[in-house]
Amino acid sequence: MDSILDIARWQFGITTVYHFLFVPLTIGLTLLVAVMETLWLRTKDPDWLRLTKFFGKLMLINFAIGVVTGIVQEFQFGMNWSDYSRFVGDVFGAPLAVEALLAFFLESTFLGLWIFGWDKLPRGLHAGCMWLVHLGTLASSWFILAANSWMQHPVGYKYNPDTGRAELTDFAAVMFNKVQLVTFPHVILAAYMTAAAFVLGVSAWLYVRRSEGDRPMYRRGIRLGAWVALVAGLGVAISGDFQGKVMTEVQPMKMAAAEALYETEDSCAPFSIFTVGTPDGKSEKFAVTVPCLLSFLATGSFDGKVEGINDLRAEYQEKYGQDPGARYYDPSGNYSPIIPVTYWTFRYMIGLGMAGAFFAALILFLTRKGRTPTSKWFGRMAVATPLVVLLANSAGWIFTEMGRQPWVVFGLMTTANGDSPGVSPTEAWISLVTLTLLYGGLAVIEVGLILRTIKKGPDAFEEPPDPTLGGSDDEDRPLAFAY
Amino acid sequence: MELTTVWFILIAVLWIGYFTLEGFDFGVGMLLPVLARDDRERRTMINTIGPVWDGNEVWLLTAGGATFAAFPEWYATLFSGFYLPLLLILVALIVRGLAFEYRHQRPEAAWHSWWDRAIIVGSYVPAFLWGVAFANIVRGVPIDETKDFTGTIFTLLNPVGLLGGLVTLFLFLTHGAMFVALKTDGDIRHRARALSVKLGLVAAVVAVVFLVWAQVHTGNAGSAVLFVVAALALVGGIAAAYGGREGWGFLGTFVCIGLAVAGLFVALFPDVMPSSTDPAFSLTTTNAAATAYTLKVMTVVAAIFTPIVLCYQAWTYWIFRKRISVHHIPDAELEGAH
Repeated sequence: MDSILDIARWQFGITTVYHFLFVPLTIGLTLLVAVMETLWLRTKDPDWLRLTKFFGKLMLINFAIGVVTGIVQEFQFGMNWSDYSRFVGDVFGAPLAVEALLAFFLESTFLGLWIFGWDKLPRGLHAGCMWLVHLGTLASSWFILAANSWMQHPVGYKYNPDTGRAELTDFAAVMFNKVQLVTFPHVILAAYMTAAAFVLGVSAWLYVRRSEGDRPMYRRGIRLGAWVALVAGLGVAISGDFQGKVMTEVQPMKMAAAEALYETEDSCAPFSIFTVGTPDGKSEKFAVTVPCLLSFLATGSFDGKVEGINDLRAEYQEKYGQDPGARYYDPSGNYSPIIPVTYWTFRYMIGLGMAGAFFAALILFLTRKGRTPTSKWFGRMAVATPLVVLLANSAGWIFTEMGRQPWVVFGLMTTANGDSPGVSPTEAWISLVTLTLLYGGLAVIEVGLILRTIKKGPDAFEEPPDPTLGGSDDEDRPLAFAY
Repeated sequence: MELTTVWFILIAVLWIGYFTLEGFDFGVGMLLPVLARDDRERRTMINTIGPVWDGNEVWLLTAGGATFAAFPEWYATLFSGFYLPLLLILVALIVRGLAFEYRHQRPEAAWHSWWDRAIIVGSYVPAFLWGVAFANIVRGVPIDETKDFTGTIFTLLNPVGLLGGLVTLFLFLTHGAMFVALKTDGDIRHRARALSVKLGLVAAVVAVVFLVWAQVHTGNAGSAVLFVVAALALVGGIAAAYGGREGWGFLGTFVCIGLAVAGLFVALFPDVMPSSTDPAFSLTTTNAAATAYTLKVMTVVAAIFTPIVLCYQAWTYWIFRKRISVHHIPDAELEGAH
């Protein structure tokens, strides 16, 4: 039977990048909505409640897609990657199971309570529900990133030749993998930055277009969003710098591929901002480079040595390519990822992320001390901010996953060995086409709903019923919220 | 007790949780065009499960994750083998889940009716296909010496598989009608109760035929007891509903579904996926299992967190315990205020 490898890889790429458009917004918005509701409780300022409900609604529209596309993520390991699942299940399955038990129940239950509980829960408890949902998103991120970090840098396991699989020996080592310790802050801070940029962009768009009366409220959204986006953005840069050094240590090929560095540089390796030349970077016609920056990114020292693709390839062939019978043998003998993809996604990640942080800083400056810019350009820049940050998220994930290739688990199993031998290409095509069309249709509906909700803007203030003040014994009162 | 046996039981518990809970919200979805006569009644029905359906569905995700972790070979064989039915279930769960959240976002009647269709079809498809899948697991499917499924979609669509599909379909329809009768008030409550009796009788017939087949095919003393009590619970539930005792009626279908699933797992043990090609190729609780270390870690986590999850999930049902009737549903215009 023909291999479904390429079909399964496209499906994983499409469904995962799509899923992760909604995830960072959700992680960050649950935090910001919890903050807004808490600020309302503290200050009694009605604007905070209006913002809570408005951004809460936008968060829910996002959350719904994140949840349902997440089911596909859990199922497709078994459906398209059954040999991978057999090989890693002993190590990789545990974080997924724990994620469902610790995080998914928490998120879904307390989100239901938050949506429907306005007239049933005391106010503090209601806000607490959103904090618990946020805690659930953090727990979920922790476990799924631990699973992914294990694929980047397998630890706490032993290869068992009798069962032919990787077996867990140290759960704590998997949970506190050094790759995990730098990846988690990077991903979470990027999620905060994304959602904050979203709050900033939406608030500014309404601010420029709406009547004077509501401007103080939108201004709050702008300032909160811009501050969080800027601070989180700096955190993303710092954690990303740590991550680069760990990556160079455990996956030197990925760092070499990020720069399309073919020959080893013994010291002061330059970093190219962009290059004009052949797509694989082997011959460049024109490049803007910063001297020694790659050495600093990779090693923390401007005269550090950075290994090149050619040396690493020879090294990997020596190490992994000796035995064509081994499951970690790559028949192509290549051991390097697709260089144009890693080269450009690395630059898009950094460049778009920095643009987002710069916009946030500029918007903070433009709105300082009560200043009220209303120009079209201000609005356009604010709306562009969440979009560039969202794209930076996608680029980062495409970089880190494509940069690991040809491995699915680094040094242990190549992607080519992980697909399902029992699934026919016809079945895999049906799945790929069905999910792609479905996801495309849902994107149109989702974006339409988001835009519609934004255009409508926050509803007028209405004091929510407080069950602790009595009145909840009125059996015939309509529900505070209903589908 | 062997840890592999403990995890076999825990996975059975997760599926029992999934079918007893999501079973009624599938039922509510399927009955939407039958029980509700106008938009306000449809919204009444949807709101009975609004706060809880997502939490119910997490039981499936936990069952999937736990199978991956505790029995990787079972997870790999099952999910790659039952490929197209699972794809259909995924599509159904996606459109259904979105429908609950998106339906109320716009006022147009056409928008509502599209999402209603998504809820209805999205509930019918998994309600039927989960039964097909479980009947085939119990019946045995072609599995080769490398533990890979060698059949096709048509292998699964055999008479026993289809019968299994009808069993879950009618049990969930009955369960859903019982739930609506328990959670609503007014006309719709009475309609739901009357319908639950009729649906229950059909469910009883198909369920008994299927359970007798399962007992003869692979049963043991334990499964026989569980199947008999499950059948009695269903009959008791129908009688209670007929007599106007909605709480007991719902408890009846709840216990029936739970014990029937438990019985199927007892009948399977120690296999988890018998091979119809050669019994030597069957996946069992031992040859499909993770290592003792992984199972130990997972046991500790499950022992600590399962009680906590059960507490807060029960609490949320308590918070939303009141019956809902049409006059509790806010007007569509007013709803925009939230």
